Amino acid sequence: MNRPPRVSEAEQSRASTGERVSAVGASPTATSEPMMEVDPRLYRHLADAQVNVELDTGDMILNLGPQHPATHGTLRLVVRLDGERVISADPIIGYMHRGYEKLTEFRTYPQITTLINRIDWLSSFANEVPFIDAAEQLMGILAPPRAQYIRTILTELSRIATFLLFLGEMGLQVGALTPAFYGFRDREHILNLIEAATGGRFHPNFNRIGGLKDDLPWGWVNDTRTAMKTVFDACDTFEDLVAGNEIFEARTRSIGIIPAELGAAYGVSGSNLRASGVDWDLRRDGKPYLAYPEIDFRVWTHPDGDSFARYWVRLQETREAARMVLQLLDQLPSGPIMTKVPLIIKVPQGEIWVETENPLGQMGYYVFSKGATGPFRVKIRSASFSNVSILPWLLRGVFVPDVITILGSLYFILGDIDR
Amino acid sequence: MGMLAIDIGWGSTLAIKTIVILILVPTGALILGYTFLLKVMSHMQSRLGPMDPGGFHGWFQLVGDGIKFIQKEDITPEQADKRVFAFAPAVVVISTFLVFLVIPAGPDLVVKDLDVGVFYALAVSSLSVIGVLMAGWASANKFSLLGALRAAAQLIAYELPLLLAVVGVVILAGTMSLQGIVRAQSTESIFGFDGIGFPFILTQIIGFTLFLVASQAELTQTPFDMPVAESELVAGYMVEYTGFRFLFFFIGEFGTAFAFAAIAATLFLGGWALPASWGISDGVMRFLGPGVLFAKIMLVAFLMFWVRFTYPRLREDQLQALAWKFLIPIGLANILLTAIFKVAF
Repeated sequence: MNRPPRVSEAEQSRASTGERVSAVGASPTATSEPMMEVDPRLYRHLADAQVNVELDTGDMILNLGPQHPATHGTLRLVVRLDGERVISADPIIGYMHRGYEKLTEFRTYPQITTLINRIDWLSSFANEVPFIDAAEQLMGILAPPRAQYIRTILTELSRIATFLLFLGEMGLQVGALTPAFYGFRDREHILNLIEAATGGRFHPNFNRIGGLKDDLPWGWVNDTRTAMKTVFDACDTFEDLVAGNEIFEARTRSIGIIPAELGAAYGVSGSNLRASGVDWDLRRDGKPYLAYPEIDFRVWTHPDGDSFARYWVRLQETREAARMVLQLLDQLPSGPIMTKVPLIIKVPQGEIWVETENPLGQMGYYVFSKGATGPFRVKIRSASFSNVSILPWLLRGVFVPDVITILGSLYFILGDIDR
Repeated sequence: MGMLAIDIGWGSTLAIKTIVILILVPTGALILGYTFLLKVMSHMQSRLGPMDPGGFHGWFQLVGDGIKFIQKEDITPEQADKRVFAFAPAVVVISTFLVFLVIPAGPDLVVKDLDVGVFYALAVSSLSVIGVLMAGWASANKFSLLGALRAAAQLIAYELPLLLAVVGVVILAGTMSLQGIVRAQSTESIFGFDGIGFPFILTQIIGFTLFLVASQAELTQTPFDMPVAESELVAGYMVEYTGFRFLFFFIGEFGTAFAFAAIAATLFLGGWALPASWGISDGVMRFLGPGVLFAKIMLVAFLMFWVRFTYPRLREDQLQALAWKFLIPIGLANILLTAIFKVAF
């Protein structure tokens, strides 16, 4: 079942050696150099003023959003343009703010999973995990191994579902209609699995403090094994149809380069940071959670840090996630899915910070409990908020079409920005 | 005019020709829209929606779309230049109608067989850019304006490769009349073998490819659809248009696609004619001709739409670089080679 990765060889060797594509005659820069050594490719970001000697045209202010097909919802970008060149871009957020952090203060712990399902609505299950983990750690209980394994499987399935949509939608952002439909079509297999196990396609609300609501339905394991084949096939399709397309490469290579230090300084995380060559994944490097310590997987990185690298890393991570699911299914232990918990859950006094590697990046919950049935205060660290915070820097000096490419390749969900 | 020469008078002839063209353009547009946009695309993209309405193979989808367009409210933006805004779609469609005048579909089934037919067709087809600019400017919308300016830049850049691609055919045929080009392909032979005539695609494959690429840009189809770029400019110069006016743009777009496919079929694939050596008389070809041409049109259109559904979009500067640094030199080289071979053989 475990197929070897079908990676273009040049890309793979570069991914392992860390060699960067030298654009504009730039010498490969090691990521450990201090920021004062400026990569020549980034000079355009340093020039604030552009001198147009032919014709002095005024700036135009263009509102991209809140209603715009490329902003995945209601992100608004106020872009100052000189012709088609961006002088400055300011993301304006808050059009979808639903006040979840405040709402959690008035809900009991079991009720809160319903809310946090809706933060990153494409990978809802993965949102539940860190919060439930935080509550369990405060209560000093541990879900049984089978529950941990099923949680891991469902988390990876939501990662696949999210990334399949990204892989298709990125094609749509650069103008190809077909991959988007393939993305939706193939994601359907994963959503069916999540629905079969949890009862909800989008918002599973399946985690309970101390375990899970139900065990897996009969035949689910085999269905999942079959579906993973579809995922491998879909990845092959996307590698040929999108990543292997010359026009796609022309549109994404060395567009929107995020240098590793700068990305880390802005709090960019997840695949976006790994595409800048930072080998950091909370599933491996963070505090151990779920069943991740018991399986082996590769953390994919790409040295370039451009839009293509972000696409490529997510493509590999989709395959990796499918391999992880197969591994987890092979090792799936038997046993109970729920540990013993009191009927009315009260979390003892204390505070805790739990962070996990979600599909969009690092997601964390800071839970402060005063011993009641609901938390006193919850701070949600969502990945997209930090990922889009680099936009004003990243969009300076690019063309309007590249704005869309960069937005697409950063891959944010509006609910994950505004919460 | 041959054996069907019934003199029905100048006025009646004009009226009949006008009606035929008025019917032909929307019909061609609808055929392409139905076949490729709804059916072929649905198959390629695993779309279920357009396959559902009406039962068999989703035949009702096009009718449903038509009803939808007609019942939509006709909105004119408050700050729009209202007369220009209203007239712009008509300009686009008029340019499409004008192209159809010179396309021959039979021995004498052509509105006007101009001596400079090719030249005329390519010239009037670029008139649509005026309509696009009008639409973009009059909409009082920044997305429209960006789209219209992109369209203008792009159509100017791609006019040249389009013309250069055609010059090779004109050299081979020795005439710019489309009827003359069809006759030449039908009667000439390949080194004495006259079984299939001499379709110019055999020697002008570079010209044919250039023509398809450039016409793709003229039609603002993917990979050159920056003027309408859905994910960037929402719908470019069409952003503010609704209902029937939007339908005009649609007919203009697909009607022009039909016309360009017809021109490509005429120039490179032999047009309406079958090889002269098969000995089919002109009388029969009057009835067969349109069918032969239609089959070739669908073949060319399939190539165009196949590319449209598969490729991503280039960036505007990359498009300009492709035209000026790549297509135009190739076009010039093609002309040079063709001329040398024409003189040598």
